[in-house]
Amino acid sequence: PPLPVAKPVPMAAALPGPRWLPAAAALLWACCGSAATDGIQDQAEQFFRSGHTNNWAVLVCTSRFWFNYRHVANTLSVYRSVKRLGIPDSHIVLMLADDMACNPRNPKPATVFSHKNMELNVYGDDVEVDYRSYEVTVENFLRVLTGRIPPSTPRSKRLLSDDRSNILIYMTGHGGNGFLKFQDSEEITNVELADAFEQMWQKRRYNELLFIIDTCQGASMYERFYSPNIMALASSQVGEDSLSHQPDLGIGVHLMDRYTFYVLEFLEEIHPASQTNMNDLFQVCPRSLCVSTPGHRTDLFQRDPQNVLITDFFGSVRKVEITTETVALDPNLVGLETRVPNDEMATEPLKYAEQLPVAQIIHQKPKQKDWHPPGGFILGLWALIIMVFFKTYGIKHMKYIF
Amino acid sequence: MAADEAEKARGKRAALAFAAVALVLGLPLWWKTTETYRASLPYAGISALGSLRFQLTVPVSVVFAKGALPGAQQRRLPFADTQEKESLLNPKTSITSRYETTYRSATVTEQAALATAAVQEADAALLLLQEDSLGALTVYVIPEISPLLPQGVGVYVGKHRSAVMRCPQGPGDVLAAVSARVQQIVQAMSFTTDSITAALSDRVPMDQLGTDTRRPFKSSLGYEITFSLLNPDPKSHDVHWDIEAAVSGYVQPFLDKLGLVANFSVDSQILYYAVLGVSPRFDKASSSFILSALSLPHVINPVEARLGSSATSLYPVLNFLLYVPERVHSPLYIQDKDGAAVGTNAFHSPRWGGIMVYNVDHPAPDKALLPLRVDVDMVRVMEVFLAQLRLLFGISQVPLPEEFLLESPGNKGLTDWELDRLLWTRTVENIATVSTTLTSLAQLLDKIGNIVIKDDVASEVYHAVASAQTAMLELASGHLGSAFQASKEAVISSERAFFDPSLLHLLYFPDDQKFAIYIPLFLPMAVPILLSLVKILREAKQSKKEPTKTD
Repeated sequence: PPLPVAKPVPMAAALPGPRWLPAAAALLWACCGSAATDGIQDQAEQFFRSGHTNNWAVLVCTSRFWFNYRHVANTLSVYRSVKRLGIPDSHIVLMLADDMACNPRNPKPATVFSHKNMELNVYGDDVEVDYRSYEVTVENFLRVLTGRIPPSTPRSKRLLSDDRSNILIYMTGHGGNGFLKFQDSEEITNVELADAFEQMWQKRRYNELLFIIDTCQGASMYERFYSPNIMALASSQVGEDSLSHQPDLGIGVHLMDRYTFYVLEFLEEIHPASQTNMNDLFQVCPRSLCVSTPGHRTDLFQRDPQNVLITDFFGSVRKVEITTETVALDPNLVGLETRVPNDEMATEPLKYAEQLPVAQIIHQKPKQKDWHPPGGFILGLWALIIMVFFKTYGIKHMKYIF
Repeated sequence: MAADEAEKARGKRAALAFAAVALVLGLPLWWKTTETYRASLPYAGISALGSLRFQLTVPVSVVFAKGALPGAQQRRLPFADTQEKESLLNPKTSITSRYETTYRSATVTEQAALATAAVQEADAALLLLQEDSLGALTVYVIPEISPLLPQGVGVYVGKHRSAVMRCPQGPGDVLAAVSARVQQIVQAMSFTTDSITAALSDRVPMDQLGTDTRRPFKSSLGYEITFSLLNPDPKSHDVHWDIEAAVSGYVQPFLDKLGLVANFSVDSQILYYAVLGVSPRFDKASSSFILSALSLPHVINPVEARLGSSATSLYPVLNFLLYVPERVHSPLYIQDKDGAAVGTNAFHSPRWGGIMVYNVDHPAPDKALLPLRVDVDMVRVMEVFLAQLRLLFGISQVPLPEEFLLESPGNKGLTDWELDRLLWTRTVENIATVSTTLTSLAQLLDKIGNIVIKDDVASEVYHAVASAQTAMLELASGHLGSAFQASKEAVISSERAFFDPSLLHLLYFPDDQKFAIYIPLFLPMAVPILLSLVKILREAKQSKKEPTKTD
């Protein structure tokens, strides 16, 4: 809306100049100021509106084995933050390549800690892991992203995003220049990832996508993206290694990676209504703290990162509208318009079928096994033995056998 | 010596034969066996679908009652007229709206129907005389002075597919004025260029469109609707709601009417101790609790985790929540941005569902016997939920001039022409989706060389292309029902083809890896052949040189 023009204060007034001037100036300033802030407010709402109506998160940990505890802790910490900021479990696809909480080497079973001295248990008691252990493969990951899932897959394992979904994809594990290692046995290359994102874009499976990767040489993974509306962050540049943060002497392994640790510290300050934008996320973990240089890529993204809220991706702030109209219903017509209900037949009360006839099993006699003639293998074996015997010792011994 | 020569010649012939076999037989065989299997696809059809030229035909018949037209004009009846309007959205998309209008005078039965006292009865009577086909509209023109329409009302739009309008008086060409009016009515009852453009939001850049496009659900084959009653304070309120009767009485007729569009499944649940994530403020002025508009976005997420409604079906879910506030937070009102209380006490979220707050009257504290039995007034609740359901499906109010009187849809929740509007936009949306899906599949196959196309995927693609073409033709000839069916089939087939699990392009081989695989296989075989060929060539050159040397 255009700023309303402030009416000029009439100069010819009875009061002497200096006395009304500051008052008039103050009045003018107040008018203009409030009008300006209104205008800016509206503009701000316009800018911040990202056009998404729901949020999804795909969080992947690709490493197995106990010494890669930190990758699972990374993923679970992001999972906790994302849940705290509002994305429900039904919209999170969590893929953990190994089970650290119930690992026999875990001195504190059913926990995964992210701070040393075991301060924060990120495993919790309401974690929902969608793809676990050996189900985390490159194929399954690509199937989740592109939607080419076999029809028998349950809903919790699907990414049911639409063209108004903002998706956060977080990957962590061991990587190299142009690839990310899955399960110590296969890799996903940056070309495959870029192609998967392109397929998602072609089918309009996302509105905007934020890709975060915490591996060695992580920036190589986003080099090949070419689909629009993707913003990417990585923990290290090509040629650099991402380092882990701190070991815990009680558990015996490193608990977190540096980049994710500082990202999480940053996310702890965010609450569902905060207005922090992406530029602040880009500043997280400078070289002095992280040793590696985090990188980011925004050229494919249409909006200015200054105007992108953190909660656009990490949280799930719904747009709401007040319902102003109602439909006029006439309760008297209901009886006339509904169909005649079917007469309910008297049904027997249902009961459970016999699941396991325990009494029968305990008291039954051993089953009579029918006699079968010896099969081919036994016959062949004996034929071989007899043949060898007679070949060796001659047929004259036959009479001693039979 | 001769034996040597013969031996050498034999050797040469052998080497050449090996090389020939390797080249002629081996190379094509290797090429054929290592190429990815691609069943043939109708690339021509797909690229033809890539540029969409929609032609949307609406058959309209304008019926003149006796005395509506002056005599001279009356003699011109019956005649037919076609009007076309083309709008080009982008180089690959254009919409042509075509109105095929036939003008005729009313038959005796129609005249009798128009002679009744109330226009609603006339509408019902006229329905029986029409052939009720989707997409076709009828406009009845009655004389200016006719008492059928109330005073001040120029046009009445009925529950079905007909409208009644007063004949505009004037000195000029009455028929032209009538046709202009009819154009306005028909656009309101079928589609406007804007509504069709909104359906094509994928192909048209976003900043031209508003929130209306983001609110309704995308066209899908089925929807799951869940009604939930949230009772955070069971100690104080013993809430009963007869949801089954309410659904079968109010919601089911609406869904039956929309049965053409999608499959619906409805379920309901009651959640106890489910609180909203926001604590309401106490407002002294009205001595009630207030939920301001700014805090509403944060209400939904904490509740959603408990709804559990998305466990079973793969279709989009619409959630409708009825919240009975706790005794200590009663009464609870929702305030909009300006601070005014909202009449319906409800709000909705685009592509998600709606929430309504139901306040319970509490008797005086000393007479209260907790828990208080509450029987929810389902009519009030369903009025709001149906309105939200309509909005979430994109059935919104059309802005019309003052003198239009719109008949309320009644208990069905949806008038026939609103259904038609939905079908027009859905058909166009479906065809656009099919076009995008198939063209992107073709592009994908072009770009990524090792995606396999099995025979059944190819047959789905053929079916999708054929259905989409049928849908376009049916739209052009004005058969909305069959066009919508064809477009739905096209969407089903194209989605099945695109999302077939076998299309995973897993194997990306960088060139150096390809060399690494083939060199140990082919090099040991190729080296002797190549060396012997080189030797043969060298000897041939030498023997050519020798004759020139020796005289």
